[in-house]
Amino acid sequence: MFPAPFEYRRAQSIDDALAALAKFGDDARVLAGGQSLIPAMRYRLARPAVLVDINAIDDLNYLRERDGFLTIGAIARDYALETAALVRERYPLLADTSAVVADPVVRQMGTVVGSLCHNDPAGDWPVTALAARAELTVRGSKGARTVAIDNFLVDSFTTSVGNGEMAVEVRFPTPAAHTAGSFHKIERKVGDFATASAAARITLAQDGTIAESGVAIGAVGPTALRVAAAEKLLTGAKPSKDLIRAAAREAEKLADPTPDNRGSAEFKKAMAGVLVARALTTAFERLGVGGLK
Amino acid sequence: MKITVTVNDTPYTRDVEPRMLLAYFLREELGLTGTHVGCDSSSCGVCVVALDGDRAVKSCTMFAVQADGHEITTVEGLEQGGNLHPLQQGFWDQHGLQCGYCTPGMLMTSYVLLKHQPKPSESEIREAIAGNLCRCTGYQNIVKAVQQAATAGGAS
Repeated sequence: MFPAPFEYRRAQSIDDALAALAKFGDDARVLAGGQSLIPAMRYRLARPAVLVDINAIDDLNYLRERDGFLTIGAIARDYALETAALVRERYPLLADTSAVVADPVVRQMGTVVGSLCHNDPAGDWPVTALAARAELTVRGSKGARTVAIDNFLVDSFTTSVGNGEMAVEVRFPTPAAHTAGSFHKIERKVGDFATASAAARITLAQDGTIAESGVAIGAVGPTALRVAAAEKLLTGAKPSKDLIRAAAREAEKLADPTPDNRGSAEFKKAMAGVLVARALTTAFERLGVGGLK
Repeated sequence: MKITVTVNDTPYTRDVEPRMLLAYFLREELGLTGTHVGCDSSSCGVCVVALDGDRAVKSCTMFAVQADGHEITTVEGLEQGGNLHPLQQGFWDQHGLQCGYCTPGMLMTSYVLLKHQPKPSESEIREAIAGNLCRCTGYQNIVKAVQQAATAGGAS
């Protein structure tokens, strides 16, 4: 099915895009990779009257380390992350994620910022962004503001980007020394929505205890969920199998999935725990803490 | 909206509604029916074309207006001067198809793969075509076809 009719505006600059968004307000949507938005429009789940295409704004196509962050512009593709040596070498959590979003062809168009803005409950990037404690820059006619990912993800398909605003960049903190992360998901086939997913990030202190942690789960709630109770257990503790099990139990408790043909609620809750355990185990292994007892 | 899209090195100017999807623009406006439509929802990969020569895109999930000023390569653009592209020859020689429905998408996804990785490993080929469904072959001969093309210098 074709989408409902809409007006198409190709923005040549960020200011150009913001002017169009200010003019059309709630009727306008930003078109980046379009890999979620266009199918949603085809199914008439979304009916924007105006699409503001930002793909020609070269100023938004970047992936670089700056001021302690990996900064990713609004039209940087998943494929750019997947193939960047910088990401592979220094951001294992992001490398894991970029290699499993949708399928390899979709990743050549789809964007990281677009995925965060779409905020699909089963999306991959919101989960990773929570575990990594990412932040976004949202611009409007009155200037730019920085929004922490926890405040950015409001509800299913809803973010804190207001009318007339657009997210122009996401920033992932450059991992401190002795930091590793990992992303795991279960999907029925490549390209399907996740049945469940989990991301974990661990920083070890000199004495081998956990100095800092991030744990999040996806596809088991209205949005990706931060497992704060697991982070609390992990931080300050010494890595062990029991600790991983305890963190996984917190994910199971927090998960509130909707049953569908990918599995029952009970199964998905269990998988949220299993995936948190796998993500933590991989993160520890990457830190040289394998074979935990 | 008036757009000019260069398809297989030929510029075409047409007046289209913004909601016209690229796959339908190619098939119905330009009569280039080599690009197939399958799931029509970005899942099956039969509609893949190359955007500006170096990106494989699902043309059912891109608007024709987005291609304004860009270059599109479709399966019709692979053959040159009556000679099959090494990928097409590979699919022929290795029996990389049965019904043929997925073949244009397989060819175009592989075409872009070889641009980026002229000598992909078997697992890299399998990974690259993970978004392209084939219900006939079990993929084995498709992988062999891409391997043959890579050996024959299919990246050119």
